[in-house]
Amino acid sequence: MLPIDLPMLLADKHATFWFPPAASTFAKDVDWLYMVILYISIFFFVLVVAAMVLFAIKYRRRPGYVGDSRPLHNNALEITWTVIPSLIVCWIFVEGVNGYMDMMTPPVDTIDINVTARQWDWSFQYPNGAISDQLHIPNNRAILLNMRSEDVLHAFYVPAFRAKSDVVPGRVTTMWFQPILEGEFDLFCAEYCGDLHSDMIKRHGVVVHDQAGYDAWLADAAKPPVNAVAHGFWLYQRMGCKSCHSTVEGTRIVGPSFAKSYDQTLRTAKGADVKFDQQYIRQSILEPQAEVREGYQNASQMPSFQGKLNEDQLSALTAFLVAMKDDAFIQAVADGDLSQADKESLGLTDAAGADAAGADAASDTGKSAEEPLEKPADEVPTEPASESSESPPAPKT
Amino acid sequence: MSAVATSPTHSQPDSDNFLIYSKGFLSWALTLDHKRIGLMYLVAVMASFFVAGILALVLRTELLTPTEWFLTPQQYNQVFTLHGAIMVFLFVIPSVPAALGNFLVPVMLGAKDVAFPRLNLSSFYLWVGGAIFFLTALLYTGLDTGWTFYTPYSTTTRGPVVAATMGVFILGFSSIFTGLNFIVTINTMRPPGMTWFKMPLFLWATYATSIIQVLATPVLGITMLLLAAENILHIGIFDPKYNGDPVTYQHFFWFYSHPAVYIMILPGMGVISELMSVHSHKSIFGYRFIAYSSIAIALFSFLVWGHHMFTSGMANVASLIFSALTFCVSIPSAIKVFNWLATMYKGTVQLNTPMCYALTFIFLFTIGGLTGLWLGALSTDRPLHDTYFVVSHFHYVMVGGSLVGFLGGIFHWWPKMTGRMFNDLWGRVSCLFVLIGFNLTFLPQFVLGSRGMPRRYAHYVPEFQELHQLSTFGSYVLGAGLFIALGVLIHSLMRGKQAPPNPWGGATLEWQCSSPPPFYNFSHPPTVNEPYNYLPLQYHGEELGWEYVHPSHTAAPSIHPAPTKS
Amino acid sequence: MANDTATLDPAHAHGEHADGHGAHAHMPFQAHHFDDPEQQFDAGKLGMWIFLVTEVLFFSGMFCAYALYRSLHPEVWTFASQFLNEMLGAFNTGVLLFSSLTMAWGVRCAQLRQRTGLVICLAITLGCAAMFLGIKAVEYTHKWDMGLLPAGFYESQYLPGAHHTGLSSWLVRLCIIPGVLTVGFALWYLVTLIKGQKRHSEIAGPMLVTGLCFFLGAYLGIVIQSFEESSHGTISHDSHVAAGVDAGGHSDEPASRSPGDPLPEEIDQAGGAGLFFSIYYCMTGVHAIHILGGMVVLTWLLVRATKDQFNEQYFGPVDYVGLYWHLVDLIWIYLFPLLYLIK
Repeated sequence: MLPIDLPMLLADKHATFWFPPAASTFAKDVDWLYMVILYISIFFFVLVVAAMVLFAIKYRRRPGYVGDSRPLHNNALEITWTVIPSLIVCWIFVEGVNGYMDMMTPPVDTIDINVTARQWDWSFQYPNGAISDQLHIPNNRAILLNMRSEDVLHAFYVPAFRAKSDVVPGRVTTMWFQPILEGEFDLFCAEYCGDLHSDMIKRHGVVVHDQAGYDAWLADAAKPPVNAVAHGFWLYQRMGCKSCHSTVEGTRIVGPSFAKSYDQTLRTAKGADVKFDQQYIRQSILEPQAEVREGYQNASQMPSFQGKLNEDQLSALTAFLVAMKDDAFIQAVADGDLSQADKESLGLTDAAGADAAGADAASDTGKSAEEPLEKPADEVPTEPASESSESPPAPKT
Repeated sequence: MSAVATSPTHSQPDSDNFLIYSKGFLSWALTLDHKRIGLMYLVAVMASFFVAGILALVLRTELLTPTEWFLTPQQYNQVFTLHGAIMVFLFVIPSVPAALGNFLVPVMLGAKDVAFPRLNLSSFYLWVGGAIFFLTALLYTGLDTGWTFYTPYSTTTRGPVVAATMGVFILGFSSIFTGLNFIVTINTMRPPGMTWFKMPLFLWATYATSIIQVLATPVLGITMLLLAAENILHIGIFDPKYNGDPVTYQHFFWFYSHPAVYIMILPGMGVISELMSVHSHKSIFGYRFIAYSSIAIALFSFLVWGHHMFTSGMANVASLIFSALTFCVSIPSAIKVFNWLATMYKGTVQLNTPMCYALTFIFLFTIGGLTGLWLGALSTDRPLHDTYFVVSHFHYVMVGGSLVGFLGGIFHWWPKMTGRMFNDLWGRVSCLFVLIGFNLTFLPQFVLGSRGMPRRYAHYVPEFQELHQLSTFGSYVLGAGLFIALGVLIHSLMRGKQAPPNPWGGATLEWQCSSPPPFYNFSHPPTVNEPYNYLPLQYHGEELGWEYVHPSHTAAPSIHPAPTKS
Repeated sequence: MANDTATLDPAHAHGEHADGHGAHAHMPFQAHHFDDPEQQFDAGKLGMWIFLVTEVLFFSGMFCAYALYRSLHPEVWTFASQFLNEMLGAFNTGVLLFSSLTMAWGVRCAQLRQRTGLVICLAITLGCAAMFLGIKAVEYTHKWDMGLLPAGFYESQYLPGAHHTGLSSWLVRLCIIPGVLTVGFALWYLVTLIKGQKRHSEIAGPMLVTGLCFFLGAYLGIVIQSFEESSHGTISHDSHVAAGVDAGGHSDEPASRSPGDPLPEEIDQAGGAGLFFSIYYCMTGVHAIHILGGMVVLTWLLVRATKDQFNEQYFGPVDYVGLYWHLVDLIWIYLFPLLYLIK
């Protein structure tokens, strides 16, 4: 209907004017039915409009023309235009049901992935325990998603797969699909879920690998970094923290930024002063509503992570938050990623060891960096150590 | 098939005119006259439409860019919520039934008033009260739940959900009272001779609408009450935290809100049935089919609510049944379209403003109806659900259908309501703008939807930008068309020529009383004739319009002698 | 709800509208836009029936929620309904049934133009309604004290200290408004007696009776409740606490519990019994609001009855309110077994 060729559209060779790439087994059938209904509709639409225009011109009121105002009736005609559309919609109904039953009936051999939706992020848990915020799947394998929501309604929608299902809190909803194209596809949340609903767009949120690539990725993803700070950042990316908390100083997404927060004295919504220390971090993760920072009492409520994080993970996140007072670290993660080079320059590689080695590495950073970094560099080494000594008492409180 | 002998204008003094028979603010504010209440509704719903329409333009303007421009995502959410809520609850639902219906139902029926005039007035003030609740929500922190108030978002957000739900609750009662009034009026106040099958099709449509209003709206009422209780008392019925289920809310909500879609479109269809016949100067084709199809739509409308939840995790059997029933409801609508077209056949088509709007209605409603096929079919609905395809589909039906029908009706009955003619040329220009602007706005949205653009997005991926921009420019054209229409109406009020009692040659009863009608519509019970028999009407030029002539002077197949005025 | 009938107010017929329409001899009560009294009566009756249909649909939403959650969690319903006092429920059922009788009798009186009979019938109906509310107030406040509240505020019955004895402070607070009204009616009644305003005293008297009936209901409610607790002893909720704690060996424990069923502790929480009480409060609360609405309309009828406005030809409003009142009774007749008598 719209003969406009848009350059953006042709960028992806698999996309057509009407559809995104047909990247799953459903796509062919759905697109076929879509186009058939389109042709049927165009036929009837043209019929209706042509008759309308023809009658409006032919029988228009004009000098010398006298129309007939007496009633006409023709039962045969009425029945014809009742029965023919009825038959057509019956056929469409049957075709729709066929395609739908395919979508609702997963095959036996599937890869089961747990999906957690939360405001405003996704996380995916794989059979081997790996967690990611992008969905990585192998090509030509049936994927079954078990979806849960932590807060409100969401909908998992990958246009390229023609697959969509709501994620309903209090229920586990399932959906399946089988990708047939390798590549990266957009993942949308299609059910309105609050303030940043439209930021639940995951550009290239679904990555379809070949089987070998998937296996390699999966093996790698199952191993979180050993270094506590790197592990904390790894969790920050995957557990949904990053959808509300920025790592750039002074930037508010929904909650406050993490940058330069540690050791600050904050004012809470209740008017009390509280120190942003390790206990505060712990409390804010497990009981987010206990001490809300001033100015954030009207923001969307943070869910509690009680039971979702174990003590090791809490410690790692704490280490990450502590490290967030270091300019070099803030800069390293400013691009949203902690690359191997960043890790090496900051001494956060796993090879550097999990325990006291972090201290050496951090003091290396201090030496190589400029003068103003001297002071934080001194503190960083103490944190992992003191952190490991302080965290055991914490559970008692 | 008798006819009223003379035009009542000649026998009635001007002071009987319902607009001026009494003066002063209170004579309007406390009026029990259905025509005045209808006009007050008309002004009120048009003001709501103006507000919500401006909000729509704001949304479209923000969507010119894929990233944040001048609205934060939170503000965007509040604006689309208000746009939707005001349009649905304050404009579309009361537009034709409450504004045009109040004015027309008793006059078309040949009654002096609706059965319960005080209930009618209280229904208007309930509307005002509900609107005030909505405005409160606007001026307070801003409501951001979407017009559907889906739980659990609506029970966790800090927006003024309780005020808004109470607003909807009150508006619901307004709607119930209007519907109840019309059912009783049509059932018990038909004058002698006005049998069911002599009623104009607008009345059939209004009757069907009223049935839906009376049967569906209470369920909305209790749903809103439970939602408010959920917010205040945490009753947990819809809250998964307490073993409640959010999908239950969706069932409750759509049990009302799907029939509500037909509250919006059925009266529009009724208006079009009148317009097509009168302006084609041709008896309506398939009167009974159109009448029955209105009732069929009303009944089917209660059985299809589940098609809003094909992706919500309903049982497969339920999805199948709802899909089948959804297709059933499409057939009566198709029948109406074909009957309207057949009405033009061999008639005398006058392409004046009301007729242009009627043809625009058929054009847009056909697209709206046909695109329902994609959404009714289960497999194509799953990718299209909650995308711009749905947005476009319901705008084709709600705006292309209800709004255009409403505008057509306003232009058609404007001379009757105000006693003034309007500038027909500019009226047609406004219609052209609306037609072009509307299609430019919403055709691209079908493509956006099939490509996967989800609805209610403040930001979107850059591939969609061209189509969004096209849509936004279309919305400006549409807005311009509506402003022109408003200008035409205001100009008519100030400078319009005096309207004759029957400017278009309508054969229904409202054209028998003067323009505007006297206080009690008919000084004597009117003689009822066939609503679409144009044979006894003769045109006497623009000044006088159409007049009934004595049947013996015409070729009309008259059986009874015409009664003479006593 | 008064509005549909309000249109039939005769005052409307004497409105300012004179349009040369004096040909018909209107009855004084006939509204101007109707052709004849029959049309007016039929319109009112049809309007009332349609209104009742909307009422039924309004309640049907809650009945649907009830059916849904009871079918999902039948054990919760069995457990929680034991906290409802069947004696009070049954007594209230009787009160409402009796009020339906007096209402129907009142319609008959209106049709026969028995002014005094109508006033007495309306007064008794009003009194019954107030007594119903008095008993309901006792039931409600007792549950509030026990923490049997909607899901969000539900307090587990297994926690110590949940029980409360003595006069409920909630009940005292609930009685403030009826108390003030009753004192006001009493004063008004005295004034009318002293001044000898017969018609006013005919209104004030029944209103005073209504107010007193509320307190009579509350008193009876307390008596029945304490009788229940003392005579059965074990039936009070304390026994269930005990029964639950000693893991079901007790004779009062619902016998149907099979090993797969959830433990009482699992039911006795916000998402279990709390949900039951949410639905209980919604249904009975909305019903109580309808009783209150009915009382307002009955009072309006009472005022008109004392003016002798109803007769053989014009008794529509009494008839319509009667229909409404029967519906409100009928809904209670469904609510009582569905909520109280679950075994």
